Amino acid sequence: MAAITLKDIVKEYGDGYLAVKGVSLDIADGEFVILVGPSGCGKSTLLRMIVGLEDITSGDLSIGGKRVNDQAPRDRHLAMVFQNYALYPHLTVFENIAFPLRLQKGAFTEDQIREKVEFAAKTLELQDHLQRKPANLSGGQRQRVAMGRAIVREAQAFLFDEPLSNLDAKLRGQMRTEIARMQRRLGTTTVYVTHDQTEAMTLGDRVAVLRKGELQQVASPRGLYEQPVNLFVAGFIGSPPMNFLPGEVTEGVLRLPLVDVPLTDDLKQRLGDRKLVIVGLRPEHFEDASLTDDRRSKEGVTFGATVDVTEWLGSDLYAYVPFDTNPDVAGKLEELDRDLDGEGMRTQLVVALDSESRVRDGDDATLWFDPAKMMVFDPESGDNLTYDADAVKEIDQQNEQDRKASLERAQAREKAKAS
Amino acid sequence: MRAMSTRLKIGWAVITVFVLVYALFPVTSIIATSFKLPSQLNLGTFLPKTWTWSNYEEIFAGSGKELFLPALRNSIGISLIATAIAVVLATLCAYAIARLDFPGKRLILTTALGVSIFPVISIVTPLFNLWRNIGLYDTWLGLIIPYLSLTLPISIWTLTAFFRQIPWELEQAAQVDGATSWQAFRKAIVPLAAPGVFTTALIAFFIAWNDFVYGISLTSTSAARPVPAALAFFTGASQFEEPTGMISAAAVVVTIPVVILVLLFQRQIVSGLTQGAVKG
Repeated sequence: MAAITLKDIVKEYGDGYLAVKGVSLDIADGEFVILVGPSGCGKSTLLRMIVGLEDITSGDLSIGGKRVNDQAPRDRHLAMVFQNYALYPHLTVFENIAFPLRLQKGAFTEDQIREKVEFAAKTLELQDHLQRKPANLSGGQRQRVAMGRAIVREAQAFLFDEPLSNLDAKLRGQMRTEIARMQRRLGTTTVYVTHDQTEAMTLGDRVAVLRKGELQQVASPRGLYEQPVNLFVAGFIGSPPMNFLPGEVTEGVLRLPLVDVPLTDDLKQRLGDRKLVIVGLRPEHFEDASLTDDRRSKEGVTFGATVDVTEWLGSDLYAYVPFDTNPDVAGKLEELDRDLDGEGMRTQLVVALDSESRVRDGDDATLWFDPAKMMVFDPESGDNLTYDADAVKEIDQQNEQDRKASLERAQAREKAKAS
Repeated sequence: MRAMSTRLKIGWAVITVFVLVYALFPVTSIIATSFKLPSQLNLGTFLPKTWTWSNYEEIFAGSGKELFLPALRNSIGISLIATAIAVVLATLCAYAIARLDFPGKRLILTTALGVSIFPVISIVTPLFNLWRNIGLYDTWLGLIIPYLSLTLPISIWTLTAFFRQIPWELEQAAQVDGATSWQAFRKAIVPLAAPGVFTTALIAFFIAWNDFVYGISLTSTSAARPVPAALAFFTGASQFEEPTGMISAAAVVVTIPVVILVLLFQRQIVSGLTQGAVKG
């Protein structure tokens, strides 16, 4: 178990393409860090540089305090689970899991190997499959064999490269909790790469968001959700994604397509002399005004809107409200949409209402939101003008405390079970 | 697929029989000839009037023995050695081509292809001279080296296709698990490539075994003469008798092992050739 430190890691390919442009990241011992981002953002490349399958063009990589840039994968004592498992098809499950132990000639006796493999198999519930070959296993079982091979070695850290992307949705959910449980139990440093923001939010102690080889923000899931540092992070985290509206700054009022929002002094100061901004509002921050009690109603902003399409999901009601966008920001929003793998066919507001709401397709509804939850972004740089650094620090501190506490609890449970 | 109608089945059966007869008639003719007495060769019948083993006796123990047995020994030895060397070299070469990126990669593959389509007959004469000058004429090594030019290209192409199909992640996983490159190759890749290597060895062996031009041009005595070349030198009992019977017997003896091997491993051979064609 060790801490992993990346300092200004750069990866340049032979043809001059910069896959990773100076990423610095500190991963504490026992921490579960997720690297997330759209395809082509460099997260897999970063992971492979950590494990040693790719050369680092410049920068320093340290594991457990030692610089390991030039070490071969076998000397770094890391364990990796590949996206397509990379199980040895000619070996049984038992031999697959025992493979890393057998490579260290003479380090273990046959009995020790059997003990370790059976322990790993028990952790992952593979005891009944030890004599079968990978070709006869289901996807989830193969996934667990790959994890077994990783945990049997007591490596310094675990590296996962999109391990759940080949599984169906239901299995994915089950395996997610398995991985979380396993990491808590073993307390090993873990680096996990995924493009799925749900996995990122639910599994990670901290999440690092990457875009085109650059680190956008690294914070706890809560920190990313409540205080995104720029447009990209705000749009990436959260499902359904954040709504972006063009905002015109006029005397004391922020003009949005469907409603005018009064500007507070703090907001006026942050906006400076900008005339045009992008305003972000999460779908879950809207409410059906008819269901909001009067007191709350007065604290927020109400507006009328024509609802185009609704989707009732049982727990929520999604309503789609089209609006006209300002051509000056249209280009910026389109580019953002492309980066977030969206199809962006029309400009519309997505609103998540209570499932009790009576709003239906074609209705003229009255909607409510709290302007304090609004985020304002600079249209050129994409920076979050309403970013509160202190709040982030507080969230991260709380997060760190929670993580340590839950690790201790997990260790205590293990000790109690063992004795 | 719809079940074939009876008419269609009969049609296919007729065509199959026709193709079989067309393809196998010469072969059965030779087999039949090998059982005929030398005096009855020109009788014009297909099957022998008297079935006899005398031709086989001749080539193994009689007058043909000094020509045939050494030739058989030469063929087996030279073909096996050429195959072994070609397979070992081709395995290493194909692994490098499939896994690594180095300048000249494409050049190696195209050169291998070029070498294999180059007409053998055009280099035989200069090779004859060269071998005579450096003393390789009429030796096993003098044949093994040209045979490599026949077996290496096809081995490289077939094995490259095989190695390309083995996912790279397997070696990477082995390396992360603690293996050196050599261990990763030996423990993770070789067991998976074994069928490919075996098939390639078979194909290479056939090519070396069947060669005639090199065999007859680069040898003069039974020290190194392989069987296809030796067949041309059989003589009959007298200058009026054609040794056709003995030649047929020799041909049968030489073809049997090849036929048996092909029948036993036909599936592997076909998949080996088609995999090479599809993946490329």
